[in-house]
Amino acid sequence: MPRTVASTRAPLVALGLLTLLLVGAALAPWLAPYAMDGLDLANRRAAPSVEHWFGTDELGRDLLTRVLFGARVSLAIGLISALVSAAIGAAVGAIAGSAGRLVDDLLMRITDAMLAVPRLPLLMITAAVLQPSVPTLVLLVGLVGWMETARVVRAEVLSLAARDFVAAARAMGATPTRVILRHILPGVLPATAVATTLAVGRGILLESALSFFGVGVQPPTASWGNMLYQAQSTMSSEPWLAIFPGAMIFLTVLACNAVGDAIGSAQS
Amino acid sequence: MIRFVVRRIAQGVPLLLVISLLVFALIHAAPGGPLSTYLENPNVRPEDIERLRRAMGLDRPLGLQYLSWLWAFVRGDWGFSYADGRPVLDRLAERVPATLELVASACVMALMAALPVGILAAVSRRFDRVTSVLAVAGISLPVFWLGLLLQLVFAGALGWLPSSGRAAFDGGDLADRLAHLVLPATVLAAALSAAWSRYLRRAMRDTVARPFMRAARARGLRERTLLLHHALPNALPTFVTVVLLDVSMMASGAVVTESIFAWPGIGSLFTESLARRDYTVLMAFLMVGSVAVMTLTLVADIAVYALDPRTRDAA
Repeated sequence: MPRTVASTRAPLVALGLLTLLLVGAALAPWLAPYAMDGLDLANRRAAPSVEHWFGTDELGRDLLTRVLFGARVSLAIGLISALVSAAIGAAVGAIAGSAGRLVDDLLMRITDAMLAVPRLPLLMITAAVLQPSVPTLVLLVGLVGWMETARVVRAEVLSLAARDFVAAARAMGATPTRVILRHILPGVLPATAVATTLAVGRGILLESALSFFGVGVQPPTASWGNMLYQAQSTMSSEPWLAIFPGAMIFLTVLACNAVGDAIGSAQS
Repeated sequence: MIRFVVRRIAQGVPLLLVISLLVFALIHAAPGGPLSTYLENPNVRPEDIERLRRAMGLDRPLGLQYLSWLWAFVRGDWGFSYADGRPVLDRLAERVPATLELVASACVMALMAALPVGILAAVSRRFDRVTSVLAVAGISLPVFWLGLLLQLVFAGALGWLPSSGRAAFDGGDLADRLAHLVLPATVLAAALSAAWSRYLRRAMRDTVARPFMRAARARGLRERTLLLHHALPNALPTFVTVVLLDVSMMASGAVVTESIFAWPGIGSLFTESLARRDYTVLMAFLMVGSVAVMTLTLVADIAVYALDPRTRDAA
């Protein structure tokens, strides 16, 4: 996307922010100022202060601690679901682009159908029906996000397959599998990288939306989305409970999108 | 033109079949299947469940069930809501006007922001820097969080606007209805205007770089004429396509926005039905949402056909 974003320092800042978040999430047990479920009953519903930077909730749990632990769940879902989407999308796209007309038509019709069904409602029904654990949730979010990658990969495969170096490889007796793995796949990687980076942000948004409606990550496990869900009813008296988790979602998705855009514009 | 439209509709039929299979499979994959609401209710006896199963035809082979469901759906018989026993079609239909009102207002707001921003960003570097940062931010904003924040500030702290609903209890006058509309429409419009200004900027950029633009400039046309009469008409077909596709995706946005602001449209009907496991309504919602996407995709194709004479020979 915008070259202006790439030419400023924005992608570097975004990358730094993502690294910081990942480190913070990984080291949460050591970095967090309080224990994960530590109750401070004297300081319930406390506004942000020096002792509790982000304030506390109705049980006196430190919000900064919960946001750090929530980062583990939210980031893990975003990252792993994006990888799931990338793997499925790359496979579907590569097969559709190289296996001939009939398979191509079939796979692309399925892709179109999946794109036409409203994504969030579909996911909400599935989650409400299955009441998934966190790993299942990762899988579900990944399963509704592969279509964009599949289309990009298919288009790239088709255009690469028509190029001379692929014809040369074939003429030299390379098997179809070898042609795909050694000659076409490397050319498809950059486009897949962009789609995957954007899918990380989308995965985090989807998880938080599901949890916000109470069908995603279930308490006592904290995710940014279910923290918002719990904060909803006490918005007017304890706004910090909603502001901080939401701000984390926003910043993380923003950083993912900025990095994805930068990779995309660096290619073009 | 007519042949083109007919062919596109014909192409949509297999797509709808795939979607309907998906939706049908989803509901039947649920533990307890379509009857799970009754299974959870301790007042419903097992023999009643068995009777219901037979009465609703759930003891027949799945393939047969699918075909009869599909046939009924095509004829407009969408079954009855588990929640209140009324026809699903009626329940959806009474909620549609509110959603259309919300989505249409949001689209108008988003276009009013995106058109000038997209055009100016394509020609002014400095303006582009500021707006591209804003646009990426707008695309990344979690809709529900933005909704909560706006409620907190404008309905809570400032008290300027109502926090939820479509009108005051007595029905409300025009000013009251508009006041109720402002916050939810703004939330929906935020992400749309951000995305749309980017699309338009890119389409305008691509057009401005083309040789005919240099030729027009060399003929001494004013910058304003160049942009609005030469670049914009060429950039519009791509822009209109993405705008219509985004509008068709509004089902997700409406679900979130309507439930936060208790807007009585089909989005909040969806969340209510989800809480009650009202599967007939949920299935109908997914089907209607998918048909909306396909219809608007078709409209987008027709719009491009109408806006861009060059595509006609190919079509």
